[in-house]
Formats: sequence, structure tokens, C-alpha cells
Amino acid sequence: MITQVTSFSRNGMSDWIVQRVSAYILATYTVLLVGIMLLQGEITYSSWQALFSQTWMQVMTLLTILATCAHAWIGMWTIGTDYIREHYFGAGADGIRLVYQVGCVLLLVVYVIWTVKILWGNG
Amino acid sequence: MQNDNRPINVNPSDLLAFAWPITALTSITHRVSGVILFAGIAFGLYALEKSLASEEGFEAIRGIMNSPFGMFVTWALLSALAYHFVAGIKHLVMDFGFGETIESSRLASITTILVSAVLILLAGIWVIQG
Repeated sequence: MITQVTSFSRNGMSDWIVQRVSAYILATYTVLLVGIMLLQGEITYSSWQALFSQTWMQVMTLLTILATCAHAWIGMWTIGTDYIREHYFGAGADGIRLVYQVGCVLLLVVYVIWTVKILWGNG
Repeated sequence: MQNDNRPINVNPSDLLAFAWPITALTSITHRVSGVILFAGIAFGLYALEKSLASEEGFEAIRGIMNSPFGMFVTWALLSALAYHFVAGIKHLVMDFGFGETIESSRLASITTILVSAVLILLAGIWVIQG
């Protein structure tokens, strides 16, 4: 089995499964949110706030942003290792890729903290 | 590494010289749309935060999304989402063994383009209608 110390889960099969499971979660949330917005017709502040104050919606939203972390990390990691290589970026490619990967992780951490703050922060 | 016939990496300037089969185009677009969404989440979270914070924030976000530039950004992000969604479904279908021959994968790519084109059009109508 090929292992990669910088992949999400240290082996490709596991990455593949995580990418699928997170994809199902993301697709479900997308259909759910778009469906609610379409079926509700006119969205008002009170209906919008009521929706996101329900526990199931908060859980789904947090689950979705966590799935986003796994999904986006695997995707961005794959893209980074495909394109940020010595052939294109010269001798400093490893350093650039490390900065890129750290940047991706930091942004995802910000997204999670931001989401928690939006859902459960005090207005 | 002494073998001169070894496959080498191509330069970006060579990309235009390639034949781009439709399966390659749908694949690279899947990647590009994923990167757009990765950055686009920031817009979504900003809008969610403002719109839930107060009535004024909600109306402010509605105002931004009804401005020409806001409509365009919203539509562009919805389009990236629609395409990534459909191309992702294609992958999930392929996980079950469909679309693995050249002909069927071409058909799957064409289907991806057509279905996402319809969704992108509908997203445009949705955005314009507010």
C-alpha cells in the first residue's frame, strides 16, 4: 500500500472513503438548503432565523462544515501535490507547497470556528 | 533516471497543444469549481453571519445579493456548486461501475455538462428573481 505522510489519513483508500462520505453529506445539505429556500418562497428574517435556531439545522450545518474540511482538504491536497512541484515551481516547490497546505488547513479551521460562532455565538 | 524516453512533465504553455477530450475538460472543471467553492465558503459564511445577526444585516445581505455585482457573484458561486455537485454525482455513479469505458465515460461527461448547464441556467433565473 502506498502511504503519503501528508495526505489526510495517511492512506489513499481511506482518503477515497472520506471523500465519498463527506460528498454524500455535502450533497444532502445542498439539496436540503436549496429545497427549503425554494419551497419557502419569500424568505423573511424571522423565518430565516427560525430555521437556523433549530437544533437539527445547527447540527446539519456543523456536520456539513466538518465534512467540508475533510472534503476540501483531500481535494486541495491532491491539487497541490499535482501542480506545486519542482518542474513548475523550481527548487522551492516543497516549501511553497507546505505554505499552501498550511494555508488551506488554517482557512478550514477558520471556517469551522466561524460556523460555530455563527450558530451558537451570542448574536 | 538516465532513460531519455522517460515521460516528462509538460509545461503549461504546452497545454493548448493537447487534444482536450471532453472527459478531460469535465475533470479539470470539477477541480476548478472545487477551488472556487473552497474560497467561496467565506462569502457564504459572511452572508450567513450577517443575515442571522439582525434584521438590518439580513436586509443588507439581501441588498448586496440584489445588486448587479452581488447577483453575478451569487450566480457564479451557485454555478460552481451546481457543476461540482453534478460532476461529483458522476463520480459516485462511477463508483458503482458505470461509465468506465471510453464511450460511456464520454456519455457521462456530456450528461454532466448538459445537466449542470440546466442547473446553472435555473440558478441564474433564481438569482434574478431574488
